[in-house]
Amino acid sequence: MKIVVCVKQVPDTKGGVQFNPDGTLNRGAMLAIMNPDDKAGLEAALRLKDEYGAEVTVLTMGLPKATDVLREALAMGADKGILVTDRVLGGADTWATSSTIAAALKKLDYDLIITGRQAIDGDTAQVGPQISEHLDIPVISYAQDIKIDGDSVVVERQFEDRYHVLKAKMPCLITALSELNEPRYMTPGGIFDAVDAEITTWGRADLTELDDANIGLAGSPTKIAKASDKVRKGAGEVVTLDPEESVAYIMGKLTEKHII
Amino acid sequence: MNLEEYKGVYVYAQQVDGTLSGIAFELLGKAKDLASDLKTDVTAVLIGSDVKGLADELAAYGADKVIVVDDPELKDYRTEPYTHALASVINEYKPEIMLVGATAIGRDLGPRVSARVATGLTADCTQLEIGDFPLNPMPGKEQKHNQLLMTRPAFGGNTIATIACPDNRPQMATVRPGVMQKIDKIDGAKAEVIEYNPGFTPDNKYVEIIDIVKSVSETVDIMDAKILVSGGRGVGSPENFKLLEDLAEAIGGEVSCSRAVVDNGWKPKDLQVGQTGKTVRPQVYFAIGISGAIQHVAGMEESDLIIAINKDETAPIFEVADYGIVGDLNKILPQLTEQIKAAVAAKK
Repeated sequence: MKIVVCVKQVPDTKGGVQFNPDGTLNRGAMLAIMNPDDKAGLEAALRLKDEYGAEVTVLTMGLPKATDVLREALAMGADKGILVTDRVLGGADTWATSSTIAAALKKLDYDLIITGRQAIDGDTAQVGPQISEHLDIPVISYAQDIKIDGDSVVVERQFEDRYHVLKAKMPCLITALSELNEPRYMTPGGIFDAVDAEITTWGRADLTELDDANIGLAGSPTKIAKASDKVRKGAGEVVTLDPEESVAYIMGKLTEKHII
Repeated sequence: MNLEEYKGVYVYAQQVDGTLSGIAFELLGKAKDLASDLKTDVTAVLIGSDVKGLADELAAYGADKVIVVDDPELKDYRTEPYTHALASVINEYKPEIMLVGATAIGRDLGPRVSARVATGLTADCTQLEIGDFPLNPMPGKEQKHNQLLMTRPAFGGNTIATIACPDNRPQMATVRPGVMQKIDKIDGAKAEVIEYNPGFTPDNKYVEIIDIVKSVSETVDIMDAKILVSGGRGVGSPENFKLLEDLAEAIGGEVSCSRAVVDNGWKPKDLQVGQTGKTVRPQVYFAIGISGAIQHVAGMEESDLIIAINKDETAPIFEVADYGIVGDLNKILPQLTEQIKAAVAAKK
């Protein structure tokens, strides 16, 4: 079985977001990490590899420094890393990103493609389903459990108030939730090997099944009209009181606001 | 693509088990505003099996027309037949704007449909308006009028981006549940009902539903609650949530929680507030033992009144709370519950 996991390098927003004194986001102070949902997808692939002996390829599109997340994936146990990088691919929205990644995937053999549910920087959750559409294969998003059954996958697909157990014929694409599992650590030997591992790098010219009309900023149907930092409401009162006084304080506010 | 052919504001009217989802009415409310700016009408697209009877309810909340795609293949949500239905409606009727709720269904359906009809899709919008793109005239660039300007938080809620889709139609957006307002119900309203069936031929993209497991939750939807008593990791244990449940009962509210609580298995997913949970805007939000990570705050900061109780005075929740109390919830909550009970009893 051949599995391709699509991963993205993102700034870490989980360990506390860093702000500049003027209230803007301090991106330089945040680490670049493997997107958490993607890491869960990678772990799911590695567990399928442990159980069924799959070949796991990780693919990312980004700047050359995105090889860091590919090496991390290799150190966790992935077999091959592919970086898609080219200046003309920059500024892509989800349509152009998914078109580009789909073109890269068309060069590969796969039974299963796994992506994260969403990246913590863009927060769109669109690229996975859009890739599946470009490749004309079924998609199961929001996976919280993945099993293989012959030539099919059986996946628990999460909704707000229920989950569906779904069966799809491979090849198919699954988007993973970070709740899916606890990703494993890199092994020391794995890190050692990953540092020297060869990473395949593809540029625009390598993606033959890709139309120039569908790449980069120019090939993106959506355009940013403006972007700004969120205006926060600002803090109210903060008090430190003993428990009795705290209760009296809250009761006072609830009465004042006519809530009780 | 001839943009002039595309007319009208369309809403995907999500239904589950034959019941319309709240987001359908919220989208209709917003669609009416947009349609009035564009001097056009509002169409709801209703997809399911045996769902025609829901058209009147959509009319009562603002739909001028309802396009119904009704087929046994559409009984429960599955990506492919629903995508085929909605993409076919778009290709046949050519809407200018297509709104979809950013629910677990909509966030699956929206991107798949947008890729099939080759247009742009903006995710999880919190504000929609009609305006010019570019916002201000730019030399050498045509300024297009009557564009849908879609505003959304990105980067875990730290930045706000306004996005347009000037050269493709329809302009598609998924919209966060809980942020748009539905209109007051118009009793007896009727919509023009159009039945359309593009035909369903199962192929390799049809997945099989083996089982549907509903999570059993006795509580009402936290998105409808006027008062929420919300707990985080700081509550300490699932048993300790009893303190929050008692308070909620005394004050007539519901219990909700942060993601850490769901991840620990203390509470079910449908009570989760935040970026990957629900967006709530109750009159009062008690944040109890919640540190206030940006992903949580994104789901509750529009609450009218936020009261935070936390042991840690440096907790970021105090940055959004109207009233913050640094203290031990185990000591404060039981007394607070007693006093609220007494105050409520005294009023009767």
